[in-house]
Amino acid sequence: MSKEILEVDQLSVNYGAIKAVRDVSFDIKEGEIVTLIGANGAGKSTILKTISGLLKPANGEIVFLGQSLAKLTAPKIVAAGVSQVPEGRRIFAGMTVKENLQLGAYLRKDKNGVEKDMEAMFKRFPILKERQKQDAATLSGGEQQMLAMARALMARPKLLLLDEPSMGLAPIYIQEIFDIIKSINKEGMTVLLIEQNARQALSIANRGYVLASGEVKMTGSGQDLLNDPAVQKAYLGG
Amino acid sequence: MQTFFQQLINGLSLGSIYALLALGYMIVYGISKLLNFAHGDVYMLGAYWGYYTINYLHFGFITALITAMIVCGLAGVIIEAVAYRPLRNAPRVAALITAIGVSFFLENGMSYLVTSDTRNFPQVIKQKTFDLGGVMISNIQLIILVTTLILTLGLMYIINYTKTGRAMRSVSTDYDAASLMGININHTVSITFALGSALAGAAGVLIGLYYNSIDPLMGMTPGIKAFVAAVLGGIGSIPGAAVGGFLIGLLETAVQAMGFSAFRDAAVYIVLIVILLVLPGGLFGKKQVEKV
Ligand SMILES: Nc1ncnc2c1ncn2[C@@H]1O[C@H](COP(=O)(O)OP(=O)(O)OP(=O)(O)O)[C@@H](O)[C@H]1O
Ligand SMILES: [Mg+2]
Repeated sequence: MSKEILEVDQLSVNYGAIKAVRDVSFDIKEGEIVTLIGANGAGKSTILKTISGLLKPANGEIVFLGQSLAKLTAPKIVAAGVSQVPEGRRIFAGMTVKENLQLGAYLRKDKNGVEKDMEAMFKRFPILKERQKQDAATLSGGEQQMLAMARALMARPKLLLLDEPSMGLAPIYIQEIFDIIKSINKEGMTVLLIEQNARQALSIANRGYVLASGEVKMTGSGQDLLNDPAVQKAYLGG
Repeated sequence: MQTFFQQLINGLSLGSIYALLALGYMIVYGISKLLNFAHGDVYMLGAYWGYYTINYLHFGFITALITAMIVCGLAGVIIEAVAYRPLRNAPRVAALITAIGVSFFLENGMSYLVTSDTRNFPQVIKQKTFDLGGVMISNIQLIILVTTLILTLGLMYIINYTKTGRAMRSVSTDYDAASLMGININHTVSITFALGSALAGAAGVLIGLYYNSIDPLMGMTPGIKAFVAAVLGGIGSIPGAAVGGFLIGLLETAVQAMGFSAFRDAAVYIVLIVILLVLPGGLFGKKQVEKV
């Protein structure tokens, strides 16, 4: 039984009068891949933004390695060890690939470690090495996704939050992205994965939570959810 | 030909002032998406700082310049924290109106404190004129040009090659994504206001030295011209803002040299209108126009 890395307890988040997330509870154990699946507008991104400190919870607790995140600012949460690859990638256009990666390591003081990790990223994503001096905006969608993932890893997080990494990508890239997620998880990274591509997400996840209208409707192992008729009907195209 | 070179030097000297102002205007706009109407007034504060410290504390030029930059940098940080930060998520027009309010506050506040009289800026550097084959260039013009060059290169270095500069650029592009990198948005915006306002302060001391006269409303027109220069160069481009400033200075000098002094301001606004129509991205700007 490995220990809990993140515990979200009865979380509610509002946008003014809109209740986007209601009483959501879930947890992630060290070394796991946990996925939240759900349709458009289910509240998935809202949950990730709240964990990262971009939004403040109306109610509930978020505990990361024993520390409450609910009142911390986004930079403090990064410093605590939580990095996010946001929906739509949000790479910094007008800056080079290398500068984007350097920004990922913004809070790190260990210059040598950063250099080493940069090399490691270039090894894992050879295309980024090739394009390191190029404006990041000129990369293709799949390359930008890899950059966004590498950028988040440059912070050396203990927990990686991924918001729809396969969104808008060609099938070959989708496969590659999921392979990368699997391999960084094998190397020890704990991952919280949000996906609309539920089949792929559940098949690599240890556990999953099904979200609808801001609430958790179902939870189980990735395999169980894949085989669940209700899940198949609603999220796996029958 | 002689007149041409003479006007060129005069235009470049005046253009230096606009360039410094435009650079500050531009980086502040880049990070806050705010047209900081008070920018020209910070330049006025710099001129007064120079006036008082040189007259009463007997500061030399360099000391006056550097302290003016520090004081104006601080003023910029305070203006941002007090007036703009609370409105960061408010509609842009609210911030715009506030910026106009800050501008009025500084102009009227200074008029109240130091009277609205025009004052003679102390001649901290004795003017010497060199004759380069009929073209006259003064040591003051040289100082203005060199100071502008050093400050522009310094700013480019900070923005392009330091960690702080990278943070500034990332915040200018995307607040939330920058936060996810661990960047403190408030600090970064403060640093940007400090840098931009410090350049305005330097410009204030330089203009005092060049034109000899200062008054509390001196920042109004140059503030607007700096904005035109930034648009001309292309919002978002540092070399663009500097070149834009020089071009506006040259244009004004040329219009004046042709005997149309009364129209020199109008000429600048015509340039603004023409660029907005023909070249909305400016000379060095990004090709795609930002949707506001
Ligand atoms: N800034 C906002 N202001 C108001 N409502 C918002 C805002 N952002 C999201 N919402 C609403 O909150 C709900 C949850 O949105 P959220 O972005 O978390 O969904 P999601 O599950 O990530 O959807 P998608 O799969 O489309 O990314 C939606 O009803 C959405 O319209
Ligand atoms: Mg989403």
